Amino acid sequence: MSERMHAEIRRVLRDHARLPVDPDTLDDSADLFQAGMTSHASVNVMLALEDAFDVEFPDRMLKRSVFESVDGIAGALRELEVEAV
Amino acid sequence: MQSGSAGRSLAATLDNDLVTISIGIDLTSADAVSASLEAHGTRYLERVYTVRERRECAQPSGHADPGRLAARFAAKEATMKALGRDDEPIPWTSIGVSSDEAGRPSIELTGLAAALARRRGVEELAVSLTHEGQFAAAVVVANVRERI
Repeated sequence: MSERMHAEIRRVLRDHARLPVDPDTLDDSADLFQAGMTSHASVNVMLALEDAFDVEFPDRMLKRSVFESVDGIAGALRELEVEAV
Repeated sequence: MQSGSAGRSLAATLDNDLVTISIGIDLTSADAVSASLEAHGTRYLERVYTVRERRECAQPSGHADPGRLAARFAAKEATMKALGRDDEPIPWTSIGVSSDEAGRPSIELTGLAAALARRRGVEELAVSLTHEGQFAAAVVVANVRERI
């Protein structure tokens, strides 16, 4: 289940993060902002994740650490009790 | 743009308080805003921009103006830097950018952004916007007072 979640997160990053590198080359803990994701692109990532996982990120999750890595995103989704894609 | 630290300088004491200036800057692409409007439409607008911002950035046709939205997004990010945001949650809509009748922009904070500003001792914010071609930039200066 976790592998499917991580794969879907990486698909969203490929489609919406506008990274100058392939997200698949980054570790789960790699800092996406350091890798070149802009703050504006992080908005697109958030909205695309909401579509993909049928969730809405509450205000308390709208912070850098949630969107700065695949691990951070997965942790937030688990907290929102996303079970599967 | 990528996140960065705000610069702080020009410290002075006033009535036994330390008064400093904190600065934030950001650059946003209108093309990126256009892509977001195309991909996410109204959800993008409602999650990022206040009702007043959406009204002030509407073209006569009713469609949103990507260039004006880009300037406001840059101002929101510049404000977060000037506030010295670390990892505090700040919804984009808690930072509002509006213009008066003369076109002078100003920042209005609400909710979590206003709470962070109070904790940081921010007493006043000033903003300047500019745009050229597909890029819009904003600089925000915060007047910060800390008890010493």
